[in-house]
Amino acid sequence: MNNNDSINKVIKVENLTKKFGSFVAVDNISFEVGKGEIFGFLGANGAGKTTAMRMLCGLSKASSGKAKVAGFDIYKQTEEIKKRIGYMSQKFSLYEDLTVYENIRLYGGIYGIKEKDIKPRAYDLLENLNFLDKKDALVKSLPLGWKQKLAFSVAVFHKPKLVFLDEPTGGVDPKTRRQFWEQIYEAASRGITIFVTTHYMDEAEYCDRLSIMVDGKIEALDSPQNLKKQFNVNSMEDVFHTLASKAKRGD
Amino acid sequence: MKIKYLLEKEFKQFFRNAFIPKMVIIYPLLVMLVIPLITNLDIKNLDICIVDKDNSSSSRKLIQKIDASNYFVLDKVVHKYSEALEEIENGNIDAILEIESDFEKHMTNGTNANIQISANAVDGLKGGLGSSYLASIINEFSGDSLASVSIQHKYNPLLDYKRFMIPALIVILLILLCGLLPALNIVNEKEVGTIEQLNVSPISKLQLILAKLIPYWIMGLVILSICIIIVWLVYSFVPAGSLFTIYLVSILFILIMSGFGILISNISSSMQQALFVVFFFMMIFMLISGLFTPFNSMPQWARIFSSCLPPRYFIEIMRDVYLKGSGIIDLYPKFLILTGFVILINFWAILTYRKQE
Amino acid sequence: MKKFLAFVQKEFYHILRDKRTMLILLAMPIAMIVIFGFAISTELQNVDVGVLAPNKTSSIRQIINKINANKYFTIVKEIDNSKDIDKSMKQGDIDIAIVFNSNFNSDPKIQIVIDSSNPNLANSEMFYISSILKDYFQDANRNINLKPSIKTNTRMLYNPQMKSSYNFVPGIMGMIFILICALMTSVSIVREKERGSMEVLLVSPVKPIIIIFAKMVPYFVVSCANLLTILLLAFTLLQIPMNGSILFLCLISLIYIFLSLAFGLLVSSLVETQVAAMFASLLGLLLPVLMLSGMIFPIDNMPIILQWISNIVPAKWYISAVRKIMIEGLEFTYVLKESIILTVMSIFLIIVALKKYKNRLE
Repeated sequence: MNNNDSINKVIKVENLTKKFGSFVAVDNISFEVGKGEIFGFLGANGAGKTTAMRMLCGLSKASSGKAKVAGFDIYKQTEEIKKRIGYMSQKFSLYEDLTVYENIRLYGGIYGIKEKDIKPRAYDLLENLNFLDKKDALVKSLPLGWKQKLAFSVAVFHKPKLVFLDEPTGGVDPKTRRQFWEQIYEAASRGITIFVTTHYMDEAEYCDRLSIMVDGKIEALDSPQNLKKQFNVNSMEDVFHTLASKAKRGD
Repeated sequence: MKIKYLLEKEFKQFFRNAFIPKMVIIYPLLVMLVIPLITNLDIKNLDICIVDKDNSSSSRKLIQKIDASNYFVLDKVVHKYSEALEEIENGNIDAILEIESDFEKHMTNGTNANIQISANAVDGLKGGLGSSYLASIINEFSGDSLASVSIQHKYNPLLDYKRFMIPALIVILLILLCGLLPALNIVNEKEVGTIEQLNVSPISKLQLILAKLIPYWIMGLVILSICIIIVWLVYSFVPAGSLFTIYLVSILFILIMSGFGILISNISSSMQQALFVVFFFMMIFMLISGLFTPFNSMPQWARIFSSCLPPRYFIEIMRDVYLKGSGIIDLYPKFLILTGFVILINFWAILTYRKQE
Repeated sequence: MKKFLAFVQKEFYHILRDKRTMLILLAMPIAMIVIFGFAISTELQNVDVGVLAPNKTSSIRQIINKINANKYFTIVKEIDNSKDIDKSMKQGDIDIAIVFNSNFNSDPKIQIVIDSSNPNLANSEMFYISSILKDYFQDANRNINLKPSIKTNTRMLYNPQMKSSYNFVPGIMGMIFILICALMTSVSIVREKERGSMEVLLVSPVKPIIIIFAKMVPYFVVSCANLLTILLLAFTLLQIPMNGSILFLCLISLIYIFLSLAFGLLVSSLVETQVAAMFASLLGLLLPVLMLSGMIFPIDNMPIILQWISNIVPAKWYISAVRKIMIEGLEFTYVLKESIILTVMSIFLIIVALKKYKNRLE
């Protein structure tokens, strides 16, 4: 565990399992994510990807197995983990009745950014997004695409080591999705590790590495090129269908 | 001081809500101005019907005396009981007074004369008190009064029912608003999903809950102050005891109710459930804590049950301070119990709040 | 019709799936009728009495014993001076103090000091204590007093034991039905609105009226189950008499349940969020029903404007009808007025609610 390799691993998961009663939502999964990587977590609805992610964020308690996030144990050191991660859930989670700036200020504040730093950093961020004129608009008045961009910016506002994105682009058009991914690349280039769940196959192509979950198990894990080669198909779509057709769980 | 940012957020959301700030002002006004007129259990103006079988000067004198009393409104004098009973069945009258046919003869002969009172006792209180009033008028008529017994009504000499109900109405408002709103607030964040964003942040549980509670504590004190001022302006009714005692006990109670609201939202999985559970407890709090009907009139098990709920003590203290002028020293056992509830419920609320499933 | 049944079936699956909520909906009325049926009472009971007697003569002792023997009064305290009366009352130790003068034997004088915070309790206490004292003096002076007196007999019609439950149980029924039905329907339907599934249904080719009625059916069934358990508990556990026709009682209860559901439906058409539905149902219904239905507070005592307003509170008519049928055992003709009013109100509510839903679509 002391070699360079394991220090560079932001997430290390071994045999992680989550049971709800007799239902095994996440079944004995193991994987690692390196620093600065864009790691895609694919699976059909109900495959267990959100549950797995919630365990890593400290929102859900694991039933068994080991996992470390940013070097901290997910059983005992959840609060340490929380300081170092960003999170964007599939339910849109900015406050609709607060303004754009108020949302940034709130999350900046609770992640411990100093009062005097919040304002300049927030203005920088809004400037980069070309959003400055909307800073006093209530979030509920924004179109969905903008809300998502803003939610992502808020999730990385406190400069986390790692950001978890749970189906971040649900419900928006492909053009907005591409813009959103530019944002992700930009964050990754600053050294932020990205852990993203999705069921859009075009998005899967953008990831450095992918894992595909079926019925709570990881059925495949590699880069998009290698996966296509391994399954001898031309697109991720086909890789996914080959694997997903084995699924027994419905939606 | 991360809590500063959360408080900022809660207050902004509170005041931005289209409905809640208005309600916090208007609802207490409405309740304090209208409900005292309704919660009037004074037994006055009972409608009665007299069956005068004697039709003599003595019986007419008695009828006059009853008619002159301000407790009764004489609906009719009839000669047959069945006619009077018909009136009761139609709901026109509350009681029948039946004077026997030899009433005057007995009176002059010095033998016992008989009078029959029949009261509609579906409402036992009304029937009981009404017939007691009637009986005491008849006693006076026969000169059978108790001259050697005097009665002193303390604390509410005019027997004004409003004065009895007003402190209780303040309690109702605090129960309804300080328990309901915090519960709805958290459950709402759960349903919308924003609570998750807070749970995944490094902010502590205690700060999260405090930030949720503090606005409602302030709101509760505002409501209390509005009530005290209205009661003073409109009914010229000020507490016989000290305002300090009123505020102190109210602060304890507000802490209890808001903690209780959080507790319910913690253990409910959906808004719908939280609503039903809150509703159930509101009913319990309002109906078996001695608000409308006397605590002592309940059977023993209900008194024990009610003693396990905080509103009972709050209601008693509020009434004692408002009407009797009791102080903290007089009431210290109840203050201690309420303090116990504050600790228990808030501790429980913090314990059950889960940042992690 | 087939479509309608399919919808009803779907709605049933819907509400049966959430077991916890279902349990709350069925158990809550039971808990409420049992708790309130037994507990809500205005009967005089457990009156704590303090006695101040500087000179305890045998006749004073007799009076004290007589009071203590009464089931309403308990002597809990002997008080030494009149200042302590105030103190004991402020601490809530005693409700009444009986003060005898020091030369009671030669010139008997009794002062009754009553904590009159609650005027009605004070009055009842006064009457009972007075009659105990009157009895005592009559017995004691039997030989001297030859004055004729009037003997009054009192008969309590319909409720000879003066049980409070006879008065309150119909009231509690009126309150439970309207609150639970309205709350249940409004919150549940608005929940679907919040999630967007209501809109999907409403734009489907099925007529809105069918969808809305289909939504109401399961709640109607739940309410009927509640009606059954409440009536059963009232007769068995609470021992409320059934002096009239049970058929009429059920009939008018069904009308009332339908009305309550219609009210919930109307609320659901007017508000957008569950919280608002809850507020409308709870704050808008609870206090009016509690206050203006005659359940606890007699309508005759209210100012005339509020008496008029009370006429639009459906619970008032239902409670009045239930009292007449159950307790007074009156014929249906006596509750005809109530039935007609409730029916008209239901029809009015349902029409307004349907109109509201229709407008949303256009």
